[in-house]
Amino acid sequence: MNSLHIDNLSASVEGKPILNNLSLDLPKGEVHAIMGPNGSGKSTLSKVLSGHPSYEVTSGSAMLDDKEIIGLDPDVISRLGLFLAFQYPVEIPGVSIANFIRAALKSRLTDEKSFKAVDFYKDLYGKMDELGINRKFTSRSLNDGFSGGEKKRCEILQMMMLNPKYCILDETDSGLDIDALRVVSAGVNKMRGSSRGILVITHYQRLLEYIVPNKVHVMWDGRIVRSGDKTLALELEEKGYDWIKDEIAA
Amino acid sequence: MISTNEIKIDRDKGDFHYETNYAFDAGIGLNEEVVKYISEVKNEDEWILDFRLKALSTFLRKPLPTHWGSKDLESIDFDVIRYYLSKGQKPSRSWDEVPDDVKNTFDRLGIPEQERKFLAGVEAQFDSEAAYSRMKKSLEEKGVLFVGPNEGLKDHPDIFKKWFGKVIPSSDNKFSALNSAVFSGGSFIYVPPGLKLEQPLQAYFRINAENFGQFERTLIIADEGSEITYMEGCTAPKFETATLHSAVVELVALKGSKIQYITVQNWSNNVFNLVTKRALAEEDAEVRWIDCNIGSRLTMKYPGVILKGRRARGEVLSIALANDGQHQDTGAKMVHAASETTSNVISKSISIGKGRSTYRGLIQMPGHLNHCRNNTECDALLINNNSHTDTYPAITVKGDHNSVQHEASVSKVSAEQIFYLKQRGLSESEAMSMCVNGFVNDLIREFPMEYSVELKRLIELEMEGSVG
Ligand SMILES: Nc1ncnc2c1ncn2[C@@H]1O[C@H](COP(=O)(O)OP(=O)(O)OP(=O)(O)O)[C@@H](O)[C@H]1O
Ligand SMILES: [Mg+2]
Repeated sequence: MNSLHIDNLSASVEGKPILNNLSLDLPKGEVHAIMGPNGSGKSTLSKVLSGHPSYEVTSGSAMLDDKEIIGLDPDVISRLGLFLAFQYPVEIPGVSIANFIRAALKSRLTDEKSFKAVDFYKDLYGKMDELGINRKFTSRSLNDGFSGGEKKRCEILQMMMLNPKYCILDETDSGLDIDALRVVSAGVNKMRGSSRGILVITHYQRLLEYIVPNKVHVMWDGRIVRSGDKTLALELEEKGYDWIKDEIAA
Repeated sequence: MISTNEIKIDRDKGDFHYETNYAFDAGIGLNEEVVKYISEVKNEDEWILDFRLKALSTFLRKPLPTHWGSKDLESIDFDVIRYYLSKGQKPSRSWDEVPDDVKNTFDRLGIPEQERKFLAGVEAQFDSEAAYSRMKKSLEEKGVLFVGPNEGLKDHPDIFKKWFGKVIPSSDNKFSALNSAVFSGGSFIYVPPGLKLEQPLQAYFRINAENFGQFERTLIIADEGSEITYMEGCTAPKFETATLHSAVVELVALKGSKIQYITVQNWSNNVFNLVTKRALAEEDAEVRWIDCNIGSRLTMKYPGVILKGRRARGEVLSIALANDGQHQDTGAKMVHAASETTSNVISKSISIGKGRSTYRGLIQMPGHLNHCRNNTECDALLINNNSHTDTYPAITVKGDHNSVQHEASVSKVSAEQIFYLKQRGLSESEAMSMCVNGFVNDLIREFPMEYSVELKRLIELEMEGSVG
């Protein structure tokens, strides 16, 4: 109830198992962080939850507010309220940011007429200002030729505009300069609240100083091997992942 | 931007037809009798009948253009086609007078509403003849002519006879010969010197009968310093058997004039669309072809400009979308025949599934000319692996003082792009049309607003149909 509830989820790509009986519960109102070494399956988890067709779910379930999302199409899952800020946002030549966000918003409307262009631009410009994105960007092609940091900011802009119930931020901090990190974190913090759950995937504990998580999970070899409060992130920063490896082995 | 002038032609609803009783029917197949019958029904002068009969023998003699055409051309059976069908109507000047079955057709396609909105004049052709034709009174008073070929050649021979069949001789190719033999309907337009038409003139071509060939003839003469935008739109219902559309379009841009000719065709899947389009541009004149080819079984069309006077400028902007089972064989011809002439060709093709797009370009710049320039860009977008695209540029440039620039690219819509867009809530077909619209976007921006809006809608419809 009122959570993104992942239960014993296993998934593979091209026959190779990546997620391995992974369980995680993200209640609304909370921010959780996932940390874990390269290749441990963090992005795979975010894609599987979003319904990416390349990944095959072999067992388990994921419930978004009591609705099973495994097996649904990506656009359906999106409209149910799951947003993924991509680790590597995709370039779409010729499609302007403004048109794209507008189309995404319209896809959520049952009655197209209730869309008001004036309000839309007001909202869009306000959020761009907050994120320090130049207003000229509205007419630029989506992610096309953007710098790494610009792409990440644009992901957060989309997230803020679409108002999802659950957000997964896949390494949104990578590629951001120090000021951008602060601005983007402020944006994310503003979205925190009792009606939303946020999952932050990161390699750096520094982000978690800005966006303080309720829980930190460690992912290893396709599952969550450890969960704790924010001090777990500090511990990882200090000791690296080897000690966890040793503990799992033990 | 929200256009206030959005064209509301419901081309998705183009797939219907009404039973119609034709008063004049040239029967099935083609021979001298058929040609004579057409000429007689039209009550034509002797010289036109001669022109037709000569063209017929050229048509019968000429082989199919197999050297660069598609094999599919061979499947056209000229003996089962009906070459002339008409209810015997004179084009009505008032919408109320249009026969009910014809009116129903154009009502469903939204023709009368858009006339009120922003057009300077409209002609609606139903099978062989115009059913409705009207132009704003103010333009009539200024001396603009917007008539059918029959009326044009009979009532205004001093203006039209001189150029008729001169830009595109009957013998240009097999299909221009065919058109010259059996042509019927179309638009003859004359714009007097210095007059700049602010609103476009439009013709709408509708095929309603099965196994039918539509052969309209268009001749536009822009006198010195005048300007005109002309638009044509086309649809046909989905018949079981092949239908033929073979038009000839001649443009004459006299000194310092400008002609913009816009085509948005959305033929159904069994129409062979074999159209010859060419313009003559005199000194300082500008001709721009905007050609959007969606639908049809096979389209072969290479709009051209003969740049005859100094500083003349020719442009072809084209978009072709080939869905499963369709072949869009399009391109451009630019013949530089004077110094300081410039031409620009931008072609974008989209091939979906088993759809096939071919680009053929021809640029001629003889060595004795100076300071001629051509720019050619061909971009292809492939959706799904088995798509097919070919580019055959033929560029003959001589002379050291001329320049040609050619660029070509092929790109694909990737699964990751579709996933990204779907993750934001767009359906598969919305995601696809977004990618396609993105691909043509910089070109569409060059189009008048009304057409870009309509074209985007057409692309969306086409993508809806192509996603299972
Ligand atoms: N589409 C795919 N095809 C083949 N292998 C894949 C695919 N997606 C993921 N993998 C493999 O699955 C494993 C997990 O990848 P994933 O991207 O989920 O890791 P990650 O934890 O996000 O790593 P990083 O911290 O580097 O982003 C890797 O070994 C990767 O190569
Ligand atoms: Mg990753």
